[in-house]
Amino acid sequence: MADVVRVAAADDPVRPLFSSGGELTPEARSRLGLDPAALRDLYRNMVLIRRADQEALNLQRQGELGLWGQYLGQEAIHVGAVTALRSEDWIFPSYREFGMAMIRGVDPADMLTLFRGLSHGPWDPRTYHFAPLAIPVATQVPHAVGFAMGCRLKHTDEVVLSTFGDGATSEGDWHEAMNFAGVFKSPVVFLCQNNHWAISVPLSKQTAGSIVDRAKGYGFPGIRIDGNDVLGVYAAVRAAASRARQGEGPYLIEAVTYRMGAHTSSDDPTRYRLDSDLEAWGARDPIVRYQAWLKEQGVIDDGLIAAMAAEAESAAQVMRTRLISLPVPPPGEAIFGRVYSNPPASFVEERDEFEASLEGN
Amino acid sequence: MEAVTMAKAINLSLREALTRDENVLVFGEDVGALGGVFRITDGLQKAFGEERVFDTPLAESAIIGVAVGLALRGFRPVPEIQFDGFIYPAFEQIVSHVAKYRNRSGISLPITIRVPFGGNIGAVEHHSESPEVYFAHTAGLKVVTPSTPGDAYALLQTAIDDPDPVVFFEPKARYYTKEEIDPAARVAIGKARVAHEGSGVSVIAYGPTVSLALQAAKTAAQEQISLEVIDLRSLSPLDMDTVMASVRKTHRAVVVHEAPVFCGFGAEVAARISHDAFDLLEAPVGRVGGMNVPYPPARYEKLYLPDVDRILQAADAALAYG
Repeated sequence: MADVVRVAAADDPVRPLFSSGGELTPEARSRLGLDPAALRDLYRNMVLIRRADQEALNLQRQGELGLWGQYLGQEAIHVGAVTALRSEDWIFPSYREFGMAMIRGVDPADMLTLFRGLSHGPWDPRTYHFAPLAIPVATQVPHAVGFAMGCRLKHTDEVVLSTFGDGATSEGDWHEAMNFAGVFKSPVVFLCQNNHWAISVPLSKQTAGSIVDRAKGYGFPGIRIDGNDVLGVYAAVRAAASRARQGEGPYLIEAVTYRMGAHTSSDDPTRYRLDSDLEAWGARDPIVRYQAWLKEQGVIDDGLIAAMAAEAESAAQVMRTRLISLPVPPPGEAIFGRVYSNPPASFVEERDEFEASLEGN
Repeated sequence: MEAVTMAKAINLSLREALTRDENVLVFGEDVGALGGVFRITDGLQKAFGEERVFDTPLAESAIIGVAVGLALRGFRPVPEIQFDGFIYPAFEQIVSHVAKYRNRSGISLPITIRVPFGGNIGAVEHHSESPEVYFAHTAGLKVVTPSTPGDAYALLQTAIDDPDPVVFFEPKARYYTKEEIDPAARVAIGKARVAHEGSGVSVIAYGPTVSLALQAAKTAAQEQISLEVIDLRSLSPLDMDTVMASVRKTHRAVVVHEAPVFCGFGAEVAARISHDAFDLLEAPVGRVGGMNVPYPPARYEKLYLPDVDRILQAADAALAYG
């Protein structure tokens, strides 16, 4: 299998794969080493997670979920990045990476219990090598760096993917973590999903500078790429991860995309966003573009496309049915069960009193 | 064993932990070559190498944030925050992640955060604070503070061994007090001790104020007043059994700490005693502590901090009540 890293310079194996505008070069695209089945899987996964995203929004609108944060338009990043990693590489997500978790194998109905008010973290991160969603912005970035420092101390060749949005790059934790990663030469790939919006604040008001240029200040390279090209994201993450695996340290990828939906189901983007933006970015839709390319390459046809759409439809229905049928865990366990591995006597007493009070009702 | 200072006892305890478990890591600002601004980590980097004892960039939030990541990767991090007043940048990581990660993920984080705290060292602003209540108020954290070299050694062993996160407050004004320590001793988290037996008033203290309470007990004894001194050692969990056993004997209690009385830890102790022993109490529970002001300039700190006289006044008031 051709390796994207081989075509690249040693110090920055990512940059030679891309044009100055951040597009994967035709040569690099032809040398990704992905067979037709793998190319189709990228498409299939994007379709699956987009349909799940839509279904989650439907569930929220129908009162089955308290909140939903769509990732519509960002599927190329979710699928490309996860596919580029090894299964043992940990991912530290922000709060919009439901699609990434699905690709890692987390059951989507279980995951949605978080938005149904039943759990703060419905999967075991150790099973999927996928950390809990981090809701306070950028606070997960130092966790990723610490984990990567640990991989280095254990002398393994694991790498860590730290993902966050453009808004996160304004937070102190982001800068502190980037700096630590540079100093400790940690095997971490920073993947900024620059979707142009932090709720209602546009990128132009988030920073006067460039996100990707900040990598240089912390002593490692970075690149800005087209985040709506699944193969570009795959190539960049794979090359940056290989570099990190070889002990060359962190890398920052700024994947430029667009949040086509609202910040969350509680948001009203018509108050701050122009329809013309949506039209322009809609024309660069990652699934439509990739489908056209796959057809051109002759690795997909209308029959397969329809079959994958049907599979996504049926998976969404399974997710819906399973979510609604999931039992509500007993309150004592849900509220007290996971706070301490070694619960103090006073804590056990409070739980007992609480459970006794429920029995009295 | 010869008498050692509390600073040395903590150093020996860290050495023991680093020796016993290769996953123990000690890191923070200036903890490497310098051995820490209080020399608590003196010689540890030389003994255990730069991979296990290391300096970090000057960024408290990331120090705690990377501790979370290291713990997830299987390490037992013992990060140091250089001073009490510098812990606030890390507050979000401690409260939102260190404390809550297990509740969210089922994964225990065996992190021990060491923090020198308290005043009485003639320092500039931000070096004399008592922020323990912010952390005691947060479920998921255990908050402890030793008052003697022996307890410092033993309690730190227990904290590092604990599968859950512990905030370990070191009374820096007591760093240079000496006593013989027993390296085999262990102090369970959540167990207070009776530091001095008495019968008239229970004086409940922790960390830097325990020695004051003991001095007060000594002075009071000259006037035939008997004070019992309880050293809480652990604020969360709180050992109310030991506190109540004392109050059942004395029927009077005074709580002492350096932090402001307003919303201070004494409020919790007083409320619990008042609730659990309302019928037994001969006087309202007294509270002695800092005023509700920012920690004053060093020239005035003795006027702000609790002292023997204020403890004795509170004890007298409890005895004279009614």
